[in-house]
Formats: sequence, structure tokens, C-alpha cells
Amino acid sequence: MTETPVLAMRGIDKSFLGVPVLRSVDLTVAPGEVHALVGENGAGKSTLMKILAGVHTADAGTIELDGRPASFTHPLQAQHAGVSTVFQEFNLLPELSVAENIFLGREPRRRGFIDRRAMAARTAELLADLGVEDLAANAKAGTLSVAHQQIVEIAKALSQGADLICMDEPTAALADAEVELLYRLIDRLRNRGIAVLYVSHRLREIFDLCDRITVLKDGRRVDCVDSAAITPDELVTAMVGRRIEAVFPEPLPGTEIGDVRLEITGGGNAWLDGIDLQVRAGEIVGLAGLQGSGRTEIAEAVFGIAPFTRGSLAVDGRQRRITGPRKAIASGLALVTEDRKAQGLAMHQSVRANARLVLDANRRVHSGRRLSRIPGILSGLDLVSRGLEQDVQYLSGGNQQKVVVAKWLATEPGVIVLDEPTRGIDVGAKHKLYSVIRRLAAEGIAVLLIASELIEVIGLADRIAVLHDGRIAGELPGGATEQQVMAHATGRSRA
Amino acid sequence: MTSERLSTTALIYVALAGVLAAGGAAVAVDGGNLFSTANLVDMLTRTSLTGFLAIGMTLVILCRSLDLSVGYVAALSSLVAATTMDGAPGNVPLGIAAVLLVSGLIGAANGAIVAFGRVNPFIATLGVGLIIKGYLDTEYKGPAGDVPAIFQQFGYTRIAFVPVSTIVMLCLAAAGIWFLRSTRTGHHMYAVGGNIDVARMSGIRTHRTRITAHVLCSMCAGVAGMLLAARFGTGSAEAYTNLYELDAIAATVLGGTLLLGGRGGVAGTVAGVAILAVLDTVFNVMQIDPFAKDVLRGTIIIAAVALYARRQIDRTARRPRFAAAGTGRP
Repeated sequence: MTETPVLAMRGIDKSFLGVPVLRSVDLTVAPGEVHALVGENGAGKSTLMKILAGVHTADAGTIELDGRPASFTHPLQAQHAGVSTVFQEFNLLPELSVAENIFLGREPRRRGFIDRRAMAARTAELLADLGVEDLAANAKAGTLSVAHQQIVEIAKALSQGADLICMDEPTAALADAEVELLYRLIDRLRNRGIAVLYVSHRLREIFDLCDRITVLKDGRRVDCVDSAAITPDELVTAMVGRRIEAVFPEPLPGTEIGDVRLEITGGGNAWLDGIDLQVRAGEIVGLAGLQGSGRTEIAEAVFGIAPFTRGSLAVDGRQRRITGPRKAIASGLALVTEDRKAQGLAMHQSVRANARLVLDANRRVHSGRRLSRIPGILSGLDLVSRGLEQDVQYLSGGNQQKVVVAKWLATEPGVIVLDEPTRGIDVGAKHKLYSVIRRLAAEGIAVLLIASELIEVIGLADRIAVLHDGRIAGELPGGATEQQVMAHATGRSRA
Repeated sequence: MTSERLSTTALIYVALAGVLAAGGAAVAVDGGNLFSTANLVDMLTRTSLTGFLAIGMTLVILCRSLDLSVGYVAALSSLVAATTMDGAPGNVPLGIAAVLLVSGLIGAANGAIVAFGRVNPFIATLGVGLIIKGYLDTEYKGPAGDVPAIFQQFGYTRIAFVPVSTIVMLCLAAAGIWFLRSTRTGHHMYAVGGNIDVARMSGIRTHRTRITAHVLCSMCAGVAGMLLAARFGTGSAEAYTNLYELDAIAATVLGGTLLLGGRGGVAGTVAGVAILAVLDTVFNVMQIDPFAKDVLRGTIIIAAVALYARRQIDRTARRPRFAAAGTGRP
């Protein structure tokens, strides 16, 4: 490439709490290029993007924009330098209009006062430029569809004079027709010489849209290729690569796979459709899938947080209508939620108070015998704390997670759903949790395990259900390869 | 502004008309006339004091803050006005300036504590209010100062049946509407209250915006204090016992401003103030037991806010992937 790249990142390093997330990553984007950034969950895509957006600062490495060195310590600096980012979580104010959102903080003025006419006119101009006719400048942002909100974000980026627009999983929440609209929009940006950095898991989009592809794996750039020079299969292999074998404990002796304990037939709601899933006693079923594929939604449906509105659900052969967590608990279900801090623990309360919370709150599972088992359960999990009266906020992430698990084990559940149980905990605690999961199975509990780390699902599960777009795209036996799982997860198995 | 916001404000004016009609009917059944000149004067007079406080309160609530010190600021301002003027008509401008300066400084303190000190606004302004209360209780055992006759006009003069103070309040309201709509600072208050991170990321000076809201709110309380002084002819520390701040918050919320900030406006607040004034006049004319009166007021405020809560946009709603009917996508 002879022209000056709009973006050149060289040797970017970034660690969080001593854990390296990016290692000497290079990324160059040419003007008017649509450049894909791909990789598995946790490969470092989001971190790289946040460095570019000025949310994080790199530990080492250089960033050049149009050949000039740049360094951002604040998102505003990135914007002023011509880099705008459209995050998955939109940064729009729902109570303000489209025009007010686009020009927030930069409202056009006339004689010192906001010039609403100019603001509306310039908004209409921007939207017309993008080929969007059915979006009114005075519509409230909160009333718009996701696709339209995304357009507003892109228009905002354009109005800031962006040369490079980063899009984080822009199609994750879009319907097919809306994806078409986004394609057209990106084409227009390309024609105007604006570069797009496109982060996505969806191979079809990457090959449809992008000129070049940078592949990240475990925080390193493993490849940067022309999209014409690589096949989808080769790309998947590059993303997955070969990795250091993690050691997972073998199933405990005496573990028997027994009767069906959890059975979902044709389950569906606003996010899921046609879910058929069985988990047997002593069985560990893994749920794999990319972000937004519906993994957490299944956990929430089973536990009654966002219940199934279609299909049926049976626990131990009895049909149950689970309309809320209380019903779920009474039916012998347990859910270790994805977000430990927000949904799993009362951070300012003691280990004991947290561990007995579910028992205390639910008459149906409360008993003196179960309460008396709690200290034993906690020590069985190797909890490290200064006694049961210590506030959980002072425990490490791994120990906090053990308290969450203990809280549910105290209810002696028949089915336990673990949503990302090892997120944000150290290796030692991870391995402890793996053996706990094995022990649960040996005790005849049905385990539904959700993990974005594919290797965990592969290493622990007896069976793997792979989700794509709110449906089960395929089922694989335990020990399947990452390529097989990714093929279903990226929707390529159907193509 | 946008159609949605307009319709909320319009709804509150419809509610005001409804309260007027229902109140008129109730008084008529009782054999009275709610729309007699005396009753109209009573209603409009009631709007001015709460109005001043509620206009300022709207600004801070829009910024997701609160000001519990306005009652104390008003009481202090009445004393500052009366003692500075001290019976001399020539001192009136000086008195007004002194009130605006003192109340503005208190507002700046409130805003700085909330913005820089990161103290919860409820606690910060309650604390400042208590400090003022302590000062008033020790320094002023009784009324103090003397308001010259010309300034008392502000409290008593009417043009036809409309008190001058109400006209001033409506002018201030108009200024408030314009301020929120047409100045960057005013406009940014919606952003700061809506989502402070988004506001900061958009380059808005969020601290400055919140402090400005607090300064303006306190100055509005200062104006209310001057009205108190004009009515009493003297400054009175006792005024804070009336818990004006609660009326102001009630009127603001009744007027459709979201207590969590980011949504609402002064136009709605004026209607909220008017609704409270109409209710009070109706209760007064019908000679309803003061305790029953408070019960009714409380019930109406709760019912109104419960109604608004149902109209909120669900910000956390995720977009459904599959329609409820459920055949899914092709």
C-alpha cells in the first residue's frame, strides 16, 4: 500500500491487573477501506477497539493517524482526531431528539443561542447523505428502532468529521432487512473515503463487506489478509488456531448419566425460538455460541427471569410453568448468574448472609438441616476467607464465586445452570470450579454450563448445544473440536 | 420540542383543566363559585411563591439533583432583603442585589458539594439547609428588618385580579423555558440528567452544568424570599417551617419532570404549581379539615406520579429477536 494509512497501530500492548490482553498488536487501515477485526471471545478485539476510542490507554506501542502520531487519554481526543466508535451499547440519550443527540455538546448557535433550525437542517443533510429518508430529525431517540439508533450514531460520527468509524458487532441486534441497510450505509462511507473498522463474528458479513481482515488470537495478531485471498474455513482455523491444552478434570468415578431432569420442548420467547434441550442426571450439557446468540437468554428463560412464552418445560418429568425465580427455586432449579457483582451477591453483607439468602427467602426450600450444611459446603469449595462473618466484597473474585455456588448448593437443586461461572476469576479458582462441576454431576445433579471460553465447554461437557441467532444450530458430543463448534456458532453449518 | 415531550406537557394542562372543572363543580354543589374574583385572586396568589421555588427546583431535578435547602434559603433571603432595605426605598435595588448574591453563593456551594464532593444531593442540600437553619435560629429570634412600602407592592398589588407576583413568576417561567430550550447550558441539563457519562463523552462540562442549575435554583428561592419579605413587610426566619421545598418538589414532579432527571420542563412545572394552588383554594372554599386536606393532597400527588411512571419509555428493554407470535424469521 503506497498511500498513508488512516490508522497505523504498532506494537500495542495492554494488560489488565497483570493479565496481558494485547501483545504487540499491529493494525493498519487504509482510507476508504472496510477492515474486519475478527477473533474469538476474549481474543482482545474489544480492548483494541477501546484503545482506539480513547477509553483505555495502551501500555506500549504507537498510534498514527494519517501519518501523525496520536495518543488519546479521553474519548473526546479520539473524536477530535477523527476516530469515532459506534459501540454495541449505544450512547444516545433516549429523551432527546435525533438532531439533539447528533449535535450534543456541539449545538450550532446563532447570536449565542442554540439554532434549532440549523441543527435540524444539518441533521436532515447528514441523513440524506447517508441515504436515509425515513428518519425524522425531531424524532426522540428512545422511540427509534435499533437500526435507526445505529444510523444516528453513524451520522453523529460523520458530523464530527470522522475519517475512521469503528463498529463493534454492528449487526448483533439487527434483523436481516436492517443488515441490508447497514451494508448500503457502509458502501456510502467507503465511497466517501471514510474507513470502517468492522468487528464482527459473522463470517458472511466479513466476506461480503470487508477488504482486509485482521485476525486476533489470545491477544496477538496472527494474520492480516485480503478477504479475497482466504476462504471461510481458513479464516475459522486462523481464529481458533492451536492452543495450549487446558487440563480439565476427568469425570469422577461413579458418575452415572440417569433420567432426564430438565426437558425443554419447543421453547421460545422474544429472543429464543424452537429450543429443544434435555439435561439428564449426572450429565453436563454445555451451551456454546457467540455473544448475543441466546445463551444467557436460555438461562433466564429456564429460571423464569424472562420465561419461555412458547413450548413446555419439565423438571424431573413434571411439567412446570416457571414464571419467576421463586417458582424456579421451588422446582429445584438453581442459576449462577453471569454477573456476579450485580446479580449474584449482596456485596456489603457477610459470607454467611449471602450463603443462606436463598434458603431464608424461600419457605419451600428452607430447612434447619440445609442451613446447618452451609459451613460444610463452603469448606468443601475451599473458600478462603477470614470467617463466615467477613463481607463478601473483600473476597477475591474466585472466592466470591464460590459463595454464589454455595448459596445454590444449599438448596440441594436438581438442576443447576451455570452462566459463565469462571468469568474474571484466577486460574486456581477456575480449576477448583471445574472439579466442583464434576462433583455436582457425580451427585446426580443435571448441569447446564454456559461459557464463552469454548475450551471449557469442550473440556467439561458431555454434550454441547451450539446456539446461533436464538436457535440451537447444532448438537455435538463432548470433546468436539473448536472448528466444529465455531462452524455452528457462526451460522455456517446452515449455509 | 419533540412531539412526545409536548404531549406530556399538554396532558398536564388537560389535567389542570380537569382539576379546575372538578373543583368548580364541587364548589358549585357546595353552593359557592370557584371562579369568583376573590377565589381567582386566592388561587393565583398561591401560585407565585411555590412557582418561584418550583421553577428553580425543575432545573436541578432535570440534572438529576435535588435541593432541599430552598425553604431555608427563602427564609434567609427574606431577612437579607428586609434588613438591607431597612425601610429606605433607595435601598431596594441594593436589597435585591444582596439577596441574589447571597442565594447564588449558597447555590454555588450546593452545586460544588454535589458535583465535586460527590455527595448525594439529598444529603448535601439537607446539610446546607440545616446549616442555614442553625444560623437563623441563633441570630434571629423574631422578625427583623423593615421592607419599604414601595417594595411591599410586589406582595400585594394586582392588575385586575392577577397579582403582580404571579406575573413576575410567569415571566420567570417563560425565561426558564427559553433558557432550557435555547441556551447550550440549559439544553445540556437534559443530557447531564439523562446520562452523565454520555454527556461527559460528548464534551459537556457536567460539573459546570450542575452547579449552574443549583445557582439558578437558589436564586429562584431568593426571589421567593423577597416575596415573603414583601408580604410580611419584614424578614422572618420562621418561614422555613412551612416546608416550601416539599411543595416545590411535588409541583415539579406533578408537572411531569422525572425525579431521575433528563426529562420534563418548566412549562409542566407551572401547571403542577397551578394544580396544587387550585386544590388548596378548593379545599379552602369548601372548608375541608386541614388534616383531610393533606391526605387528599398526598393521594393526588402519588396517583399522578404512578400514572406518569406507566408512560415512561422502558430504557432497559432489549429488542426482541422473534415476534411474540413465534414463527421466527425466514
